[in-house]
Amino acid sequence: MNNALIIGQYVPGDSLVHRLDPRTKITIIFFFVFIVFLANNVASYGILTVFALASMFTSKVPIRFIIKGLTPVWFLIIFTFILHLFVTREGTVIAEFWIFKIYSGGLIQGIAISFRFFLLILVTSLLTLTTTPIEITDAIEDMLHPLKRFKFPVHELALMMSISLRFIPTLLQETDKISRAQASRGVDFKTGPVKERIKAIVPLLVPLFVSAFKRAEELAMAMEARGYQGGEGRTKLRELKIERRDIFIFILFAFVIAGLFMARTYS
Amino acid sequence: MDITFKNVTYIYQQNTPFAHKAIEDLSFHVESGSILAVIGHTGSGKSTLIQHLNGLSVPTEGEVSIGEYRLSKDHKLKDMKELRSRVGVVFQYPEHQLFEETVAKDIAFGPQNFDVPESEINRRIKEIIPAVGLPESILERSPFDLSGGQMRRVAIAGVLAVKPDVLVLDEPTAGLDPRGQKEIMDMFYKLHKEQGLTTVLVTHSMEDALKYADRILILNKGTKFMEGTPEEVFEQKEALQSVQLDVPESVQFLSKFEKRFGHAIPFQKQSVEEIAQTIQQIIKGAESR
Repeated sequence: MNNALIIGQYVPGDSLVHRLDPRTKITIIFFFVFIVFLANNVASYGILTVFALASMFTSKVPIRFIIKGLTPVWFLIIFTFILHLFVTREGTVIAEFWIFKIYSGGLIQGIAISFRFFLLILVTSLLTLTTTPIEITDAIEDMLHPLKRFKFPVHELALMMSISLRFIPTLLQETDKISRAQASRGVDFKTGPVKERIKAIVPLLVPLFVSAFKRAEELAMAMEARGYQGGEGRTKLRELKIERRDIFIFILFAFVIAGLFMARTYS
Repeated sequence: MDITFKNVTYIYQQNTPFAHKAIEDLSFHVESGSILAVIGHTGSGKSTLIQHLNGLSVPTEGEVSIGEYRLSKDHKLKDMKELRSRVGVVFQYPEHQLFEETVAKDIAFGPQNFDVPESEINRRIKEIIPAVGLPESILERSPFDLSGGQMRRVAIAGVLAVKPDVLVLDEPTAGLDPRGQKEIMDMFYKLHKEQGLTTVLVTHSMEDALKYADRILILNKGTKFMEGTPEEVFEQKEALQSVQLDVPESVQFLSKFEKRFGHAIPFQKQSVEEIAQTIQQIIKGAESR
């Protein structure tokens, strides 16, 4: 029961990156995703790398967490590299075996593209590593606010997000409990033929759905009992505030972009 | 079946930063055919103890033996199913485990998993339904249409239909009305006696522990705090209060009676009626003097 449940991959901390306003982080990452594709020589890649590594080190997140975050995408990075290596036919042939010819352009492209990938994933995982899911939800609600003019249900969307986040640990605990009860009644979740194991999921899923619906109903009733009626005129528990450090980071990031454009070669 | 815990320690998520000792160096013995009440606060390791009784958890250190089955770090059972068919566990709020379309199918689910023949299952259902106090007309209804108390009884019937030798009850009366609580506990007690079961009852109710248990085990922070017969345990009022546990009302009454009237009535697991008779005799004795 006492499983320490970690939602997402948030690593608690008190670094500059942790304390930044989540909106600042999301905006910067949003633009970073675009400018990564503008880099086209060693100098411009260098600027981006310095930026990414600098944010990584200021965040003080232990390297092993970052590496763990990258594990599922290593395959993608390597696959991209190999694909570019074999498919691109530019520059001079530098190696040849069997039916494959490797061109120098392919090698450079392969390195460049997979490096782009690496930078992207590094920076985006830094967001989830230093920001709690609830902060991200708050930031998204705030940033989508202008859409309200077009009748887009921003508050409801954010509420849905935070409720689902809230109930993930609860449902996991419930799953644990029910699977133990059914295992005691002779269900075998771990061994046996695949067909049997798929069948064993039914006694787990049905009670889980029943209790999830019951919970939803109870929550809705509790909210109504306390007079909840949507986001109109509601104040917030966690106020998002742009601090001096956020402005400082934005200016710094502007310099990064300017530097990138200067370092870029136009051909 | 006899149950023995020998120096059992259980650590959750060992070798991670979240490692957490739930039970530490716990030893006790439950004799075949007796009732052991386990008492303790939330987080005292009661639930973990239960999971060791049918192999849901295997001790990190030490050894658990249930009848001829032995469970330890180096000795894992090849087939947990056999053990689980002989140890029936009624978890807290067992109605949450119902899932079938009809009550009959849900009760049959356990025995089916343990390969009990169909005709035998039907015979058992017929036998169990009145025993748990449900009408037979309920069998073809959906378990989700029933009241909370009825759902609880169906879930209990599902565990009993396996015909276990050891019955483990984790707060089986939580959330029921007082009358339902008494009915359910009396039913378990009757079954225990009739079928010669070995019962482990986890409870918060000192009254139930006093009334039904042969021995009481008190857990505190994963270790054994006290063990003995109800008389032995409830005598130690101060020690119990030091771990925020109360003695049953009748014991409280006797100690207050002594303070107020200067007559000590030794506690011997008497019922309310017996205490009343003793008091009556004392009063009569005082009058005739």
